[in-house]
Amino acid sequence: MKTDKSYIEGIGVSPGIAIGKAFVLKRNNTELTGIELENEESISAEIEKFDSAVKSSVDEIESIKNNSIRTGETEAAEILEAQIELLQDPEIRDSVLQKISEERKSSNDALLETIHSFVELFKNMDDEYMSARSADVQDIGNRILKNLNQSIEKEDIKFETGSIVIADDIAPSDIVSMDMKQIAGFATCSGSKTSHASIIAKSKNIPAVAGCGNNLLQINHGDTIILDGIKGIIIINPNENIINEYSKLKDDYANKKVILQSLKDVAPITTDGRQVKLTANISSANDLNEMFENGGEGIGLFRTEFLFMNRNSFPTEDEQFEFYKKVALKSKNKPVIIRTIDIGGDKQLDYFGLPEEQNPFLGYRAIRICLDRKDIFITQLNAILRASIFGNFKIMFPMIANVQELRAAKKILTETKNELLANKIKLDEKIQVGIMIEIPAAAIAADILAKESDFFSIGTNDLCQYTLAVDRMNDKIKDLYDPFNPAVLRLIQNSIEQAHKHNIHVGMCGEMASDPLATLLLLGMGLDEFSMSASSIPDIKNCIINNSYANASTITKKVMEMDDSKNIIAYLKETIS
Amino acid sequence: MITKDYVILAAEGMHARPATALVKLTKKFKSSFSLKKDEKIIKLNSMLNILSMGAKGGETISVIIDGEDEIAASEALDEFFNEQLKNL
Repeated sequence: MKTDKSYIEGIGVSPGIAIGKAFVLKRNNTELTGIELENEESISAEIEKFDSAVKSSVDEIESIKNNSIRTGETEAAEILEAQIELLQDPEIRDSVLQKISEERKSSNDALLETIHSFVELFKNMDDEYMSARSADVQDIGNRILKNLNQSIEKEDIKFETGSIVIADDIAPSDIVSMDMKQIAGFATCSGSKTSHASIIAKSKNIPAVAGCGNNLLQINHGDTIILDGIKGIIIINPNENIINEYSKLKDDYANKKVILQSLKDVAPITTDGRQVKLTANISSANDLNEMFENGGEGIGLFRTEFLFMNRNSFPTEDEQFEFYKKVALKSKNKPVIIRTIDIGGDKQLDYFGLPEEQNPFLGYRAIRICLDRKDIFITQLNAILRASIFGNFKIMFPMIANVQELRAAKKILTETKNELLANKIKLDEKIQVGIMIEIPAAAIAADILAKESDFFSIGTNDLCQYTLAVDRMNDKIKDLYDPFNPAVLRLIQNSIEQAHKHNIHVGMCGEMASDPLATLLLLGMGLDEFSMSASSIPDIKNCIINNSYANASTITKKVMEMDDSKNIIAYLKETIS
Repeated sequence: MITKDYVILAAEGMHARPATALVKLTKKFKSSFSLKKDEKIIKLNSMLNILSMGAKGGETISVIIDGEDEIAASEALDEFFNEQLKNL
């Protein structure tokens, strides 16, 4: 199918699936007239004409904008607000006026040339976002032109319900003014994820594929089109089987989306008023979008290993700083727990020749490496601290087994901080410091560790593996890997209790936090924060808002009296069904 | 004349949304505003100017304010760059 010409790949810019008839949108290009103005009178007339065209254009956008505000489409309203500023930009007016009065060009020609030069300027910027702005400049130019030459009025675009709009590019004002109920989706030759049209499509839940290139031009009016905005695919005139297959996908997606969206802005509070935090695990700034889309309240685990892997040498301090700063800025002041490097174990670095070990999981890894190779640790801490003023970071040390390690790590952190401050480098001086509870020793001695930590985060994957002495990568014994084992549950419960006894926050960032079967049990134990992959947040939230803390506590009590994980799992299944 | 340095506290840099807000803000004052990054100086009354300067998140820029209400204007800019920008 993929070799077929009827299959076009682009960029999925707004997720969802649309099936419908193609509506090919053609734009009429206004041409240069070459008119030369003869006298001062016509010069001032042309200037006046231009100013009044700008005014009409501003009025039009104002009214579209007010409409968007009324219907609660804030994203569209903001984009239109920017367009109003662009319409009145002094740089455009100065250039147009100069061309009219000095080069004696008509307002039409002066504007066309001015817009063309700004469009080219933006197109040639090497930043993807900035080059996407050329569409905005073109759009406002077209609008002023239309008002200048009222004879060449744009025809009113009429769509049949369920049309899929196919265009070269879609101007943001077009997409805002189109009757969206009539449109099932749109595809464009150019454009990218940051085109304003794409952003608006996404905010209006209209599936869209951009950047399809000229392949799109083969589509004719009325062709049947499948548009997959998730994968970024267009299929032209598909057969019945493919249509059926996609109809099902479309329904599934729509159902999921409804649930997801209805929960996005709902706070995770139980029916009797206990509020928890649902946060996301991320590896880079790119993952933050998904966190926000799923209604996450911050980052419970920012794994920094990502930056250290798949390369040939350690990242420099500046490189790390840029990487962390991006996360800090993009997280919009939501708390971000940043974990210092957790290498070793199953995460090896080719350039950091760690000797092969017999038991890598019990070996030289994570904080153990950092306390030994202080140069690596300090470089990372410098970068984290420098980035800390750009957001709301908390630092977390992995693989802490005893209080000496915690003290040693904190001492290095304090020294690093003081050194930076002495050099007049700004940083968040009150940055919180916490630890992962993933070694059974830490869970058992949680009372000792809680006294010197600002927070705990329970890493259930390693905790379970170490407690039960089960390598979860080993297929032969994988059934023994069991987070519902009473021993594991006791360690989790003790960690939570001790944290609360010492008034510190306790979260969980392992897989168990995203397992709906465990949600009520953990809630009943008093867990404050559940951190997981962003896509799981709505599921867990759904579970929290539909249950009471009182009920969860009863469940926990009952589970803690049970002796066999099979019975525990069966009981938990029963409680959520 | 007042000159102030600010770090751009917006991940995406001075993009359309912050640029719009900034141009609108300067319109409230009689003072003239310019923006300086590296050796480039632009007038702050134009979105196109701000956008084409391409100031990225974390970069430092200077704002030069000149006019009778420059003190009030510089306070408004403090608020804009230190607080509002993060949420734009």
